[in-house]
Amino acid sequence: MTKKILNVENINKYFQVKSKKALFRKPASVHVLNDISFELLEGETLSIVGESGCGKTTLGRCLVRGMDASSGNVYYHTEDGQQIDFLKLKGKHSKQYRRNIQMIFQDPYSSLSPRMSVFDIIAEPLIANFKLSKSEVEQKVMEIAEKTGLNVNYLQRYPHAFSGGQRQRIAIARALIMRPRLIVCDEAVSALDVSIQAQIINLLKDLQEQFQITYIFISHDLSIVQNISDRVAVMHLGKIVELATTESLFSSPKHPYTEALMSAVPQPDPELKKSRIILEGEMPNPANPPSGCHFHPRCAYKTEKCVQQAPELRQVADNHFTACHYAEELNLQGVQDETASAI
Amino acid sequence: MTTQAARTEQPLLSVQDLKIQIQMDNGVMHAVDGVDFDIYKGKTLGLVGESGCGKSLTSRSIISINPKECETTGNIVYHSESEKALNNLNLLSLPPTGKKIRSIRGRKIAMIFQEPMTAFSPMYTIGNQIMEAILIHRTKDKKEAKKIALEMLAKVGISDQEKRFDQYPHEFSGGMRQRAMISMALSCNPELLIADEPTTALDVTIQAQVLELMRELQKELGMAILLVTHDLGIIAQMCDEVAVMYLGKIVEQAPVKEIFYNPKHPYTKGLLKSMPRLGGTKSKRLDSIEGSVPMPIDMPPMCGFYERCKDRIEGVCNTKAVPKTYISDQHSVRCFLYSDQLEGEAQ
Amino acid sequence: MKTLPVFKRQKPAVISPAKTKDANYSSQWRLIYLKFKKHKLARISLVILAVLYTVALFAQFIAPYGLQSYDSKYVNAPPMGLHFIDADGKFHFKPFVYGLKSERDPETMRKMFVADTENRYPIQFFVRGEEYKFLGLIPTSLHLLGVEEPGRIFLLGTDGMGRDMFSRIVLGSQVSLSIPLVGVGISFVIGLFLGGISGYFGGWMDSVIQRIIEIIRSFPTLPLWMALSAAIPPRIPVVTMYLYIVIIFAFIGWTDLARVVRGKFISLKNEDYVVAAKIAGVSDGKIIVKHLLPGFISYLVVATTLAIPGMILAETAMSFLGLGIRSPATSWGVLLQEAQKIENVALYPWKLFPLGIVILTVLTYNFLGDGLRDAADPYKK
Repeated sequence: MTKKILNVENINKYFQVKSKKALFRKPASVHVLNDISFELLEGETLSIVGESGCGKTTLGRCLVRGMDASSGNVYYHTEDGQQIDFLKLKGKHSKQYRRNIQMIFQDPYSSLSPRMSVFDIIAEPLIANFKLSKSEVEQKVMEIAEKTGLNVNYLQRYPHAFSGGQRQRIAIARALIMRPRLIVCDEAVSALDVSIQAQIINLLKDLQEQFQITYIFISHDLSIVQNISDRVAVMHLGKIVELATTESLFSSPKHPYTEALMSAVPQPDPELKKSRIILEGEMPNPANPPSGCHFHPRCAYKTEKCVQQAPELRQVADNHFTACHYAEELNLQGVQDETASAI
Repeated sequence: MTTQAARTEQPLLSVQDLKIQIQMDNGVMHAVDGVDFDIYKGKTLGLVGESGCGKSLTSRSIISINPKECETTGNIVYHSESEKALNNLNLLSLPPTGKKIRSIRGRKIAMIFQEPMTAFSPMYTIGNQIMEAILIHRTKDKKEAKKIALEMLAKVGISDQEKRFDQYPHEFSGGMRQRAMISMALSCNPELLIADEPTTALDVTIQAQVLELMRELQKELGMAILLVTHDLGIIAQMCDEVAVMYLGKIVEQAPVKEIFYNPKHPYTKGLLKSMPRLGGTKSKRLDSIEGSVPMPIDMPPMCGFYERCKDRIEGVCNTKAVPKTYISDQHSVRCFLYSDQLEGEAQ
Repeated sequence: MKTLPVFKRQKPAVISPAKTKDANYSSQWRLIYLKFKKHKLARISLVILAVLYTVALFAQFIAPYGLQSYDSKYVNAPPMGLHFIDADGKFHFKPFVYGLKSERDPETMRKMFVADTENRYPIQFFVRGEEYKFLGLIPTSLHLLGVEEPGRIFLLGTDGMGRDMFSRIVLGSQVSLSIPLVGVGISFVIGLFLGGISGYFGGWMDSVIQRIIEIIRSFPTLPLWMALSAAIPPRIPVVTMYLYIVIIFAFIGWTDLARVVRGKFISLKNEDYVVAAKIAGVSDGKIIVKHLLPGFISYLVVATTLAIPGMILAETAMSFLGLGIRSPATSWGVLLQEAQKIENVALYPWKLFPLGIVILTVLTYNFLGDGLRDAADPYKK
């Protein structure tokens, strides 16, 4: 567990925004990812949580190179300890490393080409990366289909014949067929129904155990995140505001935003109508972020310092980083231990 | 014995044996198949289920806004205390585009949707659209209508109402739009508010705001709420009574605490167990419900949950329709495990 | 590993794709076909178009007379009726036409034709007539139908030079129906190529191509046609003329298609499944061929089908203005040009038949396009 697999250093991403008036003016840019840095250890699950527009999906896409980061480095550590500058890989050489990082998308409807049979969808990455005979491809597809709980008799069908959960299994099979070491799951279960969600989460966990996969699990759902991850990074307006082990984060959050997020989750327990922290206002516009700490307009604990000065991400406890000036002083409320529910 | 406890109070709205069928290419789909429930004044009934269980169709049929293909039968009886003309009125018997249902829609029964963007016309200002509803149902005086509209905007927590009143929907953020929609829905003091996945498109922090707002407004205005959602967390926080739907049927119905602390139907139990919850521990495997929801097309009389059920009784659950059984006064379940009928036959 | 034997037994089923009608196994094209089949109007249109094009293909064979033939005795003759029962009330198994007698109207002194019931000419099939080359290859003189000399058959009457309208409409359909097809074909290729570059690579190439399109589209079409056809040398063979006209149409027509292609490329480029293929290491070329092209080819077919009626009308308009094909070569536009005098409407209404055919063709193409459009995206719910 101590081996590093990915080193993300100072990733920045700007989006150009076309303004109606900007025919001749320089287009405005939005800072979507602001100096994102973290390390990823082999075999762990790191979750990235945040509300829509916080940049978590962009981060995921940049890591798999589905999108180019504006600046920053991602170092990929191979199994034999080599360190590779992942974002600068080019040409044929890159395939060998890029196939080690795969992705699962949120919407199982748009992520599968409706024009290819399921067999072809799963086999496509294999054919693109390796020179294999037909029977070898077939064997591998069958194997992976079975592992992901797909009915091998239905592989010649087209995606439209499958339900959302089945489709997500297909997407997982496609990501898994090259035996990647890292899979980025971008809201991989949030489009699914509750009962199906649990199936897919369990499947992801099983596969992780079986193949030693590392996950980056991007989600907005804290309950799922708590269930699946070893460490959690909380993002707010393009910045990581808190990064900690799951236990530490949920039991003693150090950033007011994390506290508010947790408090806002409606708990499936009618007795638990606890004193909830309800944040005032809305997420600020990323094109025009507030001064100092980006969270200050909604923060209940803000001071003059927060308005003036942007806090850095710093270590406040063992394996617990946060970007709040008052991390030590505040006594924030986490989630109580599992309530002894009747079921 | 299967007795239904007589509740002394008259329900505001009573849905009886509601069935919605849709003709498909490959048969008739029984999207809603015999649904009964009552909604009481000032209370919140939650309708919970997974996608395709018929919960949205059910809620929409109350104000007759389902598409034409939906063949709807049954009774939806509305009891109004305030207006004699609307007392004991079967809403389903009214023509869906007629004057009578329109006088109820918006005025007595209002609805809010998941995606507030589609509920507003992009061509008119928010204020204009809220005023429109008020002008139809409450007053003919434009000045007064504007006053009411501004009051409503203030009530749903929109600050700077004068300015907001003249803005267009696209100038509102998602949460603000949902607030505006609530203000529009409540502008005529409806007796029943139907909320179809009102917060699904919103972020958690905004969702918490909107739910809080709905609770406060209910306390203040005393309307009943029919809350349609897939999120058990929202149900637990918002509802007094819960109806769990599966494949067009209500499989279990009970007060909220009963549902969460004493669930009976295997599906309800499965749902509650399969849901990851905050405070749970990592690496705990979730108890998932295996399989997926079948299509309710030309199904023989049987339990729709049969194939996925861990406690199924072969030869019983898959051979006949499941009757409703009362566990207690207010707790009913559709499952043979609790049915007298089964015991009677077994003996 | 209990499941392993099961999976081995199932293997053959996977190797040979299931030949089943089950929609679950249906590819894109089959789904499109199934959806198209439900569109009745489009199906009927397809049949009508098939008939029209078959007629055009075998025009010389079907037309009783050639382009050059005329008869000054029969100027502005009305359409002849087909008869089964003669003046004596006798039934004839073979349909026949009467000969024409010219008389003068006693009041207006205008020459007019009346049926000469004395002379009956039964219609004969596969008769010898004018020489022509069947499909442009085999010299023959066989025609589908005709009557014995000295009889004449004018099913749709004759024009001001005594030429058979029916023959001219049939022969004119060759030009009028093929110019749009060839023109759209050429603009399809140009549009696909330039639109594809524009959409896939973006950047300055996109800007340049888009500006060119905008410039071409901002020309008023009529003066543009006039200018372009003025550039065509006056006395050139019909075939060359034809080519010039096709090129003029393609030059204007590709801009629409290029825009469709570009738009589709841009929207598909960001689809999750295309990104997924990219992440999986699939090469750019393969992504274009396997994911992007199949994704919008059906839309292109629709756009093309809907572009054809415009071209038919454009050809008609051009010929009508005397800018396109010129007599004796013929097209529907030429026929309409000849019919443009107001007296025709009153006295010789049969000269407006080509108009009806043009309307019919344009309508059927539009209906067909509608049907295809509805079917083009079978995954849309």
